[in-house]
Amino acid sequence: MKIAVCIKQVPTRDVQPRVNDQKTWVRDQDASFELNEPDAYALEEGLRLKEKHGGEVVVCSAGPARVAQALRESLARGADRAIHVEGDALATADAFAVSEALAAAMREEHFDLVLTGLQSDDQGFAQTGPILAELLGFASATIIMEVDVQPGGLRVKRELEGGWFQWVALPRPALLTIQSGINQLRYATLKGIMAAKKKEIRKVAPPEGLASRQRIVHLYVPAKQKQTEMIGGTPAEAAKALVRRLRDDARVLS
Amino acid sequence: MILVIAEQQDGVLNRATWETIAAAQQAGGPVTVAVLGAETAAVAAAVAAAEVAGVVRVEGGALGVYTLDGFVMSLAALVEAEQPAHVFLPHTYRTRDFAPALAARCHAPLVTDCVGTKTHDGQLVFVRPVFQGRLLADVAVSGQAFVTFQIGAVRADAVALGASPAPVRTVAAGVEAAAIRQAPEAPFREARQAVDLTQAERIVAVGRGIRDQDKIALAQQLAAAIGAEIGASRPICDAGWLPMDRQIGSSGQTVAPKVYIALGISGAIQHLVGMKGAGTIVAVNKDPEAPIFEIADYGIVGDLFEVVPALIKELQG
Repeated sequence: MKIAVCIKQVPTRDVQPRVNDQKTWVRDQDASFELNEPDAYALEEGLRLKEKHGGEVVVCSAGPARVAQALRESLARGADRAIHVEGDALATADAFAVSEALAAAMREEHFDLVLTGLQSDDQGFAQTGPILAELLGFASATIIMEVDVQPGGLRVKRELEGGWFQWVALPRPALLTIQSGINQLRYATLKGIMAAKKKEIRKVAPPEGLASRQRIVHLYVPAKQKQTEMIGGTPAEAAKALVRRLRDDARVLS
Repeated sequence: MILVIAEQQDGVLNRATWETIAAAQQAGGPVTVAVLGAETAAVAAAVAAAEVAGVVRVEGGALGVYTLDGFVMSLAALVEAEQPAHVFLPHTYRTRDFAPALAARCHAPLVTDCVGTKTHDGQLVFVRPVFQGRLLADVAVSGQAFVTFQIGAVRADAVALGASPAPVRTVAAGVEAAAIRQAPEAPFREARQAVDLTQAERIVAVGRGIRDQDKIALAQQLAAAIGAEIGASRPICDAGWLPMDRQIGSSGQTVAPKVYIALGISGAIQHLVGMKGAGTIVAVNKDPEAPIFEIADYGIVGDLFEVVPALIKELQG
């Protein structure tokens, strides 16, 4: 099976991003970047499907030059080769523009299966995968927790709300968005890192006339919804103050 | 005109639909509500109580069971016929499944997970959380947009009701069952959940800040000291450090205890929607800018591995 996994490189999740002077994006120069964690689950699922059914895993990303690092990391985890649609404007593009850029580069590959993460940790559109499916003419299903390969098709377990699930059959070629937690992630071994250096990253220019259909006109820190009492002091002092407030003010502890 | 796509299953309206109607009313201009399914009379009559210009029943046997292709085909035809200025939807799992392909087929942007609308330089803009809820973005679109609204972000009781029921009309879905590629089976639940966190009066919940599976025991000691259940954010259950039935948030349980102590939880929106109804919220996090502090009543910025032992000692002292 010829499998593509689409990944995104995003600012490191545990750092509060700083807003730029125009208040339209974050200060990229201050940020460090990492592989979008939901996409790591999609990559892992792709690698497992290849191990079970054979074929190849091609990791694809649309973004500026720095994205090569995330692609290289994916190759080190076991992907066979990579496609990098390279363009600076892709860093802040909307999901539609990113999907169009990916579709243009991926169409001629005739993949059997395309996997993406559920959403990205930066803009969180949660739509690049399903739009890509529409552009490629693939059947799609989202929020997938299990993938069974069947003759000519797939049977996948979709997560629904509130602890419900549902099996859905669909034909190949197909695109699935993978839910985090579907598997346990592997990390790159030294051998994998060495092997990745010899693997191909094919660079592709984005198509002409790519334009985002939505844009951020103002980016800001949310206003506080609640009057939060911040408790300072040493851990012992803070613990004492908190327990007193929970007992005497909030009356939720006896 | 703003077109609202109602969500219903087997004749039961998803309450989030009212929130989306309220959002459309607040955005201004006439509102039309579409109800899709094999049999939609009762749900259409219910939403016709809202102050809207009309309700459209999109009916067809192929829409009885939800499929992505069936919804995209029927709604793309409806949008083409109605030419709404915008299309509003509740940000449910179902919407997340079909809305991107629908928007793409209509060549329009999809603005997801919005918490409200406002005016920026005379233009309607959509407010949505980005960067894990650490920042908010006002998003402008050119032309028609599809917009989804986060559950609970707009009050359902803010819906304006009409003096008399809105007119209801029916259109055929026009979907060929053979053109639908997805073949869904009946929904099911996994083995019965061992714990029902929805009834817990006190919850101690752990997030990524716990860093190590062995450290879960520390949170369990605190929970034991105050008679609380242990809960977790999604990454902890994804990693297998606690079972899935301990997960709190949009894909886990929605809880409303009297007191909720969040340890090392940054406060991504998927977690907050599952616990913001708690009576008193305590957050312990080393990052003073973690979004969890936005909704906490009491906050301690510090190392949970120092604060939690001090808390246990104080409670037992």
